[in-house]
Amino acid sequence: MLEDQSNVKAWFYLLPALILLGIFIFYPIVNAVFLVFVDNYNYQTGTYDGFTLLDNFRYVLSDNNFRMAMLNTMLITFVSVPLSVIIALLISVWLNAIKRMQGFFQTVFFLPYVTNAIAIGMAFAFMFNRRYGLINWFIGLFGIEPVNWVGMGASWGNAMIALIIYITWLTLAFKILVFLSGLQGIDKQYYEAARVDSASKSRVFLKITVPLLSPMIMYITVTSFIGAFKTYTEVIGMFGERLGPPGNDRAMITVVALVYRALDRSGVPGALSEAAAASLILFAITLVFTFINMQVSKKRVHY
Amino acid sequence: MEEALYASEKQVKRRQRIRLASVYALIILFAIFIIIPFYWMVITAFKTMPQVETAPPILWLNPADWQWINFSLALEQAPFLRYTLNTVVVAVIATTGTVITTILTAFAFARLNFKGRDALFMVFIATMMIPGEIFVITNYITVSRFGWVTLDQTYFDAVLAMTMPFMTSIFFIFFLRQAFKTIPDELYYAAKVDGKTDWQYLWQIMVPVAIPTITTITILNAMNTWNAYIWPRLVSMDEEFQLVSNGLRDAFDDQAGRIMYNEQMAAAIIVTVPLIIAFLLLKKYIMRGVSRSGIKG
Repeated sequence: MLEDQSNVKAWFYLLPALILLGIFIFYPIVNAVFLVFVDNYNYQTGTYDGFTLLDNFRYVLSDNNFRMAMLNTMLITFVSVPLSVIIALLISVWLNAIKRMQGFFQTVFFLPYVTNAIAIGMAFAFMFNRRYGLINWFIGLFGIEPVNWVGMGASWGNAMIALIIYITWLTLAFKILVFLSGLQGIDKQYYEAARVDSASKSRVFLKITVPLLSPMIMYITVTSFIGAFKTYTEVIGMFGERLGPPGNDRAMITVVALVYRALDRSGVPGALSEAAAASLILFAITLVFTFINMQVSKKRVHY
Repeated sequence: MEEALYASEKQVKRRQRIRLASVYALIILFAIFIIIPFYWMVITAFKTMPQVETAPPILWLNPADWQWINFSLALEQAPFLRYTLNTVVVAVIATTGTVITTILTAFAFARLNFKGRDALFMVFIATMMIPGEIFVITNYITVSRFGWVTLDQTYFDAVLAMTMPFMTSIFFIFFLRQAFKTIPDELYYAAKVDGKTDWQYLWQIMVPVAIPTITTITILNAMNTWNAYIWPRLVSMDEEFQLVSNGLRDAFDDQAGRIMYNEQMAAAIIVTVPLIIAFLLLKKYIMRGVSRSGIKG
């Protein structure tokens, strides 16, 4: 009797969240699977022309933009993540080594996290301006000719370099914060022992700091891979809805951008099924990383 | 002999000092790398157009020459005050909703015993791994079916479409449940002895104790709304209903000819400064929340 009562009570507490999650999270998951297997779905009428197994995936895969989106996303992920992890690791080790001004620098390094990706992306785009930008002026000091990074007709490679620099800058903050709190948790004894053995700094870093921090490094790397696979707002910030330099539209298209491009054509029958197919492909990729993540988290005995 | 030892000790000291100095030098170098985009944004916003279009770029401006007018010109480019108001409305509603549903659900998971609790919690955790893009597609259909996204959309419709899908968060439920779990059981039993109901216990004891975590949730959620770009763009049918990020991007998209970079950067500052102020005031809550949570965007 008492048990029944507490069951009812619990569901009363859960009800608001469950209704919202049911409508906006759980049902959409089921519906995405439905959408991907129907032909010519019209969302206004709810009608469709029968079922299909692979048509929608085939549409997405045969889209000229798909290979570009895949290539860009992979490149952004596999360059910006290792780069930012290494830089963040170095900065946090240095920050951990100082006492004076540590709090101040910690605040400075965290600033990119609390900025608007659109606003700061626009600032980066102007930094990379061919004629008046800061970057070309700076490399000019070393005698390098001005580069057309993001201007009219800029090449795919130049635009990609600029984008990756921006994304690396943007994603450092979070990693530094996590690494630094990890470093501060390392028992000082290890370092005392190393000092007694008069081990060199680089040896201490490679033999003590990195191994002790390794679960955290792995965790950050994997979650960052998942995050980087979802890159989209950063591209909008730097290049606008055109997703590339003027005259080279969609050069920086990403997998998530494919989903939203399909959504933009929502009135066209079948467009939403394409969006669903693209999002499920994205899910499949992140699932691989999530699986690695779970294996890693098992070693992090929290919870 | 002793002298040699003394010298080497002095040498070690000197080497340590050099090492520390180089660590500071490296930190400062990277700190400059972080600061430069902000500085560039600010200095560009205060330039005249001829100054903006000068090569090599002007890196320092006398405060007396700052073109404050760029900010009012930027505000004329797009109704930023309106967008800010829209963003505040959406942020307040979505955040209030999220905090309330999160408190109730986290309490049920942390404190109450009910059939299927662990199974349900596992479903919640599993859902966290699914990318949001999957939900967006159907949510777009859903808000259209509810009549919130139509050609004759009212402001009320737009606000509903922008807030309802974000009135709860599995991640924050998980986050708050962890905080609730650290509250000792003894408090609960003592409250029971005092004749408090579960409802009273939640609001009079658990919520006050967990205020730091709830504050963190409130701030992170409000920041997410401030930075939201994709969903508001998708569901606002009238330009007037958009949020700040949309307004910022659209007002200065460089499709047509010359961009007024100074006004563009002034607008970017208008959007960025509230975030920076909020961060500096609430640093403790934000940094602690983020370092524990591992969420990004």
